[in-house]
Amino acid sequence: MSDDTRIGGAEERFPQTRWSAIVAAGSSDSNERTRAYEVLVASYWKPVYKYIRIKWGKSNEDAKDITQGFFTRVMEKDFFQGFDPARARFRTFLRTCLDRYISNEMKAGNRQKRGGNAHIASLDFENAEGELSARQLPDAQSMDEFFDQEWLRSLFALAIEALKEFCEKKGKMQQFQIFELYDLNPDSANPPAYSEIASNFEIPVTQVTNYLAFARREFRRILLDKLRDITINDAEFRNEARLILGKDPE
Amino acid sequence: MNWLSDKMLHHLREVADAPDLSNTRYQLREKLGRGGMGSVYLVADSELQRQVALKVLDIPDQDNHLSERMIEEARIIARLEHPGIVPVHDVGTLSDGRVFYTMKYVQGERLDIAIKSVTAISERLRIFRKICEPVAFAHAHGVIHRDLKPANIMIGDFGETLVMDWGIAKVLNQSSSVELKNNTSHLLPAKDTSRTLSGTILGTPGYMAPEQAAGEITAINQQSDIYALGALLFFLLSGEPPPQITRATTSPKKILQLLTQVSGKTVNIPKPLKYICQKAMSVSPENRYSTVQALISDIDNFLDDMAISAYKENIIELSLRFFKKNKFFVGLILTYLILRYLMIVWLNV
Repeated sequence: MSDDTRIGGAEERFPQTRWSAIVAAGSSDSNERTRAYEVLVASYWKPVYKYIRIKWGKSNEDAKDITQGFFTRVMEKDFFQGFDPARARFRTFLRTCLDRYISNEMKAGNRQKRGGNAHIASLDFENAEGELSARQLPDAQSMDEFFDQEWLRSLFALAIEALKEFCEKKGKMQQFQIFELYDLNPDSANPPAYSEIASNFEIPVTQVTNYLAFARREFRRILLDKLRDITINDAEFRNEARLILGKDPE
Repeated sequence: MNWLSDKMLHHLREVADAPDLSNTRYQLREKLGRGGMGSVYLVADSELQRQVALKVLDIPDQDNHLSERMIEEARIIARLEHPGIVPVHDVGTLSDGRVFYTMKYVQGERLDIAIKSVTAISERLRIFRKICEPVAFAHAHGVIHRDLKPANIMIGDFGETLVMDWGIAKVLNQSSSVELKNNTSHLLPAKDTSRTLSGTILGTPGYMAPEQAAGEITAINQQSDIYALGALLFFLLSGEPPPQITRATTSPKKILQLLTQVSGKTVNIPKPLKYICQKAMSVSPENRYSTVQALISDIDNFLDDMAISAYKENIIELSLRFFKKNKFFVGLILTYLILRYLMIVWLNV
């Protein structure tokens, strides 16, 4: 994950009172526009790449080119200005744009490597490819769900990375390490006991509780900040946040 | 960092959603449900060693309107001390900045589920009466609920009936509302903003009075709750969701038709009760019951086999009611007349 694109990381967050990368993508200020696209690319390139690989059955190399080409075209043509939040979620809109783009490229038969002048940081496609091989591939009917799930995975991974950077900067790495041990445990059903963590870190059990609460609190804040960056307004942000957080009891 | 498996992702979603109860007396047990603006959790109160329900705002908005609304909801419930309204114990802000309040944990079922095991009309009407009582109490204290529907009524394990979710309740008494809004700042995480009690149109189709559905905020008052009670009564009697009555539904006759045919199905409700529904669900608020108490009176009259205000009986129905109510005396007179007739016949033979 540390080799992934660094664009849109914790340092690149925007003031709380603004702002949506989708809105800023149409700004007349080229710096702001570039920053906005970086945030959007950081959030979406992985789900886009995986979607191209699975839904369109493209090879690794073709999917890399199409991903780069798609985002370059999006920047050149201001695709996102056509987004209407009343009609669809942004991620649904983006996926529709992507399908249309690939379809047109295939019809024209002129797929080219793009990205010449556009600023896209190098994307860690090997990492994405590895993630793809680690999961069960979906059937054709559930591609929408697949894209949404990969978007969610990408968003959460970015938030974890940003949390790590935040903890490093604030001298709270022990808090992050406890969070990593307890909440990023691949066997999340059986995390280590608080007493075990306390003894490993040589701190009281109450401190484990406090450290974990701190890390979780910051994780939630960062996650919601990232979501706010990639939603167009408060209503879309709230709808998306309610969808991605937790699960309603049955 | 490891690749985020679906299982880890699921866990993280729950972690990010759960309220931060550090520095509080509560310990998280389980999520009970989710409403329009918040989630409800079962928590253990470590001080009093009991379980309570904790409602927390799920996603705060940037200008704190939702936080203020939730504090106001807690305060409205707190001032309505009635056995049919869940008591609030505590209100505050969590370390993660979210507003919460705790209330009594009610074990039971929602009305729409609980009602399936109640078949007798008289029993359903008694439940309806128990729903009306806290609403009448709230009205007497200048509070209207604005979202009465089966999902917001809880039937406890011991038959207690509770009106829940006062999230969009409105305080009609202006001085009370001023008092409420001026004292929320210390409970809020960040900046305070002026709050208005008029607000967005919220409610549930089928249970929303026409004036509420039309977005006429200033026209919403106790009569709007009475409309919803009429719709609830219809649901209790028919098991069907009530039809949405609109301004276009001009005549009482048309409302009666809508209450007879729902989604292509004929609904069989005793005639007087159908008229009670129709009166409560009148398009014009002034044609509805003037108070919840008046509606309760009609229900009581029906249960006691007496005439109701919502329906004017014809002479046959009046006579039948008279015979039914005075069976003994009518029987006595009839027996006397028959015996007398037989005696006359016998003497003439």
